Amino acid sequence: MPVGRCNEFVVRCANVNGTGSSSANALLARAFYRMGLPIAAKNIFPSNIQGLPTWYEIRVSEAGYTGRRGSADLVVAMNPQSFEEDVASVCPGGYVLYDSTKSINTARKRDDVTFLGLPFMGMVQQHTNQRKRLLFKNICYVGALAALLAIDFDVLTGLIGEQFKGKERLINQNVEALARGRDAALAAFTCPLDFHAERRDIVGDKILVTGNRACALGCVYAGATVAAWYPITPSTSIAEAFGEYCARFRVDEASGRNKFAIVQAEDELAAIGSVIGAAWNGARVFTATSGPGLSLMSEFLGLAYYAEIPAVLFDVQRTGPSTGMPTRTQQSDLIAAAYASHGDTKHVLLFPSSPKECFEFATVAFDLAERLQTPIFVMSDLDLGMNIWLSEPFAWDDSYRPDRGKVLDYAVLESGTSFYRYLDVDGDGIPYRTYPGTHPARGAYFTRGSGHDKYGFYTEDSAKYRENVDRLRRKFETAARLVPEAALEAAPGSPLGILYFGTTAEPMREALEGLSQRGIELDALRLRAFPFTEGVLRFIECHDTVFVVEQNRDAQLRTLLLAEAGIAPEKLVSILHYGGLPVTADFLIGSILEHVTPSMQRPTTGAAS
Amino acid sequence: MTYIAKPAVRNPALPKNSLGLTRRDYEGKISTLCAGCGHDSISAALIQACFDLDLPPHRLAKLSGIGCSAKTPTYFLGAAHGFNGVHGRMPSLATGANLANRDLVYIGISGDGDTASIGLGQFVHAIRRGVNMLYMVENNGTYGLTKGQFSATADVGSKSKRGEVNIYPPIDLVRLALDLGAGFVARSFSGDKDQLVPLIRGALTYPGFALIDCFSPCVTFNNHEGSTKSYTYIRGHDLPIVDLIPPRQEITVDYEPGARQEVTLHDGSRCVLRKLAGDHDLNDRAAALALIEEHRRRGELVTGLIFLDPEGQDMHMRMNTVETPLNALRYEALCPGAETLASINAELR
Ligand SMILES: Cc1ncc(C[n+]2csc(CCOP(=O)(O)OP(=O)(O)O)c2C)c(N)n1
Ligand code: SF4
Ligand SMILES: [Mg+2]
Repeated sequence: MPVGRCNEFVVRCANVNGTGSSSANALLARAFYRMGLPIAAKNIFPSNIQGLPTWYEIRVSEAGYTGRRGSADLVVAMNPQSFEEDVASVCPGGYVLYDSTKSINTARKRDDVTFLGLPFMGMVQQHTNQRKRLLFKNICYVGALAALLAIDFDVLTGLIGEQFKGKERLINQNVEALARGRDAALAAFTCPLDFHAERRDIVGDKILVTGNRACALGCVYAGATVAAWYPITPSTSIAEAFGEYCARFRVDEASGRNKFAIVQAEDELAAIGSVIGAAWNGARVFTATSGPGLSLMSEFLGLAYYAEIPAVLFDVQRTGPSTGMPTRTQQSDLIAAAYASHGDTKHVLLFPSSPKECFEFATVAFDLAERLQTPIFVMSDLDLGMNIWLSEPFAWDDSYRPDRGKVLDYAVLESGTSFYRYLDVDGDGIPYRTYPGTHPARGAYFTRGSGHDKYGFYTEDSAKYRENVDRLRRKFETAARLVPEAALEAAPGSPLGILYFGTTAEPMREALEGLSQRGIELDALRLRAFPFTEGVLRFIECHDTVFVVEQNRDAQLRTLLLAEAGIAPEKLVSILHYGGLPVTADFLIGSILEHVTPSMQRPTTGAAS
Repeated sequence: MTYIAKPAVRNPALPKNSLGLTRRDYEGKISTLCAGCGHDSISAALIQACFDLDLPPHRLAKLSGIGCSAKTPTYFLGAAHGFNGVHGRMPSLATGANLANRDLVYIGISGDGDTASIGLGQFVHAIRRGVNMLYMVENNGTYGLTKGQFSATADVGSKSKRGEVNIYPPIDLVRLALDLGAGFVARSFSGDKDQLVPLIRGALTYPGFALIDCFSPCVTFNNHEGSTKSYTYIRGHDLPIVDLIPPRQEITVDYEPGARQEVTLHDGSRCVLRKLAGDHDLNDRAAALALIEEHRRRGELVTGLIFLDPEGQDMHMRMNTVETPLNALRYEALCPGAETLASINAELR
């Protein structure tokens, strides 16, 4: 992206974590959005509470590209620890805004970027409280950026007013800090810079929201009444937001009592156990976790698969174990989730790629879980879950009613309909179930792992066992017909296809345009679920080569395609991104260019539709 | 084989409870446990207690972990739903089930391995939350189903069938439960139906977490010379068991304080229970702990109702959930609707 364009730039704020920078940075991001400009905000933070470097990248893009771009046009270098690294991350011709209160070693400064020093710490000396100084220093640099980037000052003060509604003193102190920063910048530099913001009306009715909040709200709308969870970044804010919305919308007015129950369990084993217990008993219930939690849930997931109990899990994926990079993003739990547990298990996965889809897939997940009587995983990731995204507004159809699946109620049991728990009555592999306590004489059954025949009775007979697990396989085939179909995002009619999912979608949109400008056209399919749907198989069949893009080292999606769809290995070319940061369009373009030249492209009629 | 149903012979002379049900209506499939296993006596006591309380069988839910003990829910209350979960995790299943429907009566069956080892964490947290349930530990000091390894409740010096001697002190689940704030804490013995049945009745009607740590000899792996949880040991030691009279009306025993009572065990042997003469303040947690400690030093096991919190709170009271079971709330009462969503969208701009 060339520097110097109006409304096309990246600001990168480098801070020390635990200094209150995130609220200042969020204020900044929201200000651009309020000016009618599409933004992407990426919080790149350490697994630490105080003292380590953290970055907040805001991309403003009039063209509407809301994937991560990578490089920065302006760096706000507030962290001496990472100063050099931050200076190095600026594009040639870009700017570094820094705190000049204390002198900074200029020897290693670059000469292809402009340094803008302002004494931010000096601006907040009137505050005696150290914590306040840090907070207002951040607000001061937002003020300076307002001048440098032509951010509408009224928008900023408006946001402050909303944030601290009713707390006049705080509002005044914040606005004053903003003004100090702005005035200092106006006095010291030529403002605005060659790239800056200009008011537009591009975002329309779009909202700014995290995927986790969207998942939580989706659970409220889907009618979930129970949640059991154990804190783990980056999934925690799902349970927290669910609690927040329930407190607002689920308290019985007459009695003041809760129409929901949230259990912060003692660990993930207990969380999933409670989910399974509540689902067995007829509640809509979910858990939210990340990789290590999923590992702990593994045993129970096998039981839920064999005993056929609905469960909804949100797996907000991150980079591996609990030390090192747990605050970085990845799509690396695919195989762990798809085959979670002992024995012959297979699970249904959903892949949302935007907050809107997070919201919608919550309902889809509950409906599928109860229809299929099996665990459903909503596979989000840290980038989608914790960063704010520009999203289409949530929509709701008031005529929606939950699909509770094949549940026999009192009236049906009373009418004398026969009931056998694991019998395939309808030929779709899905049996009927009853909730405990339904009928005095009919419908009771004993739930256990694998040792049951089709009537639900205990057995250790191998033929009966096979009959049952073969039905489970048929049920999985039914699942492939019920899960959301993949989305064909581009179909120029190329012999080359590209398959991707989740948070790769935004940068992919940008990359496809960039490649097209270079004469390379790709048909693009966005995967939305596992097991693979008819559309995915047909897409692969119709293309000579299909790039499979995923954010993990071991090509887990490709492995699933080879194993579950019997695709010839040569046909699937992996593009893998696994450093823990969100994928960028540049990375995608570069990786695809390594494999493709315009001459590889021949006209085709075989594009999938 | 558990799939063999008991023959449905109806004897019109069988006594009926107020629901018009006989004891048979509370039974389950024929047990596949070893003949003489203490666990079967506990199942029989559960059947009796549910019958006595006039509980509609289908309004109970039975949950268990894994073990010989965990298999028993098949052998009682055939008209109730049952859930044989995973090893040591019955408490979380019961927690979830109870959250979904607070109106059912929950019976959790566990073993000493299931509770005191693999499931200790979940046991502890179910108590802490106050899940309204009867939590029955069928305690035989051994891993029955995996053939006789020591469990964490085995006494120091106890010998396994293969001749190993246990070198670690036991975990006393009753003391643990008292410490963690359980509202109803009892210890009993599978062979003492007169004590066990009333205790079960009390536990099932207690509105909170009720533990019965029930000593239940494993005739196959822990009933030999050298085991301290065998019938032989009990007989040989003239049963150092002290019984306390529970105060609740429905819990009665028919012998006087200080008296000796001969009890016939289901296998035909007899043992003697000795009740504590004098008063034990049932509602005093510290006194209960002191009492247990005092008898432990003397090498005695206190049985009976040890502690009862008359003001116990269950999980739903603590969570302030509505009276209607969460699984019975109408969807219309749960979904905020499109109009509210429009205002939520507006908040996000
Ligand atoms: C995760 C797991 N680990 C180990 C086992 C094997 N296992 C089954 S039952 C059991 C011990 C049961 O002992 P206890 O709870 O005392 O029950 P009992 O058979 O004595 O009634 C073990 C270790 C298992 N089923 N699951
Ligand atoms: S092995 Fe022991 S615990 Fe298991 S059924 Fe036999 S006697 Fe009972
Ligand atoms: Mg045992």
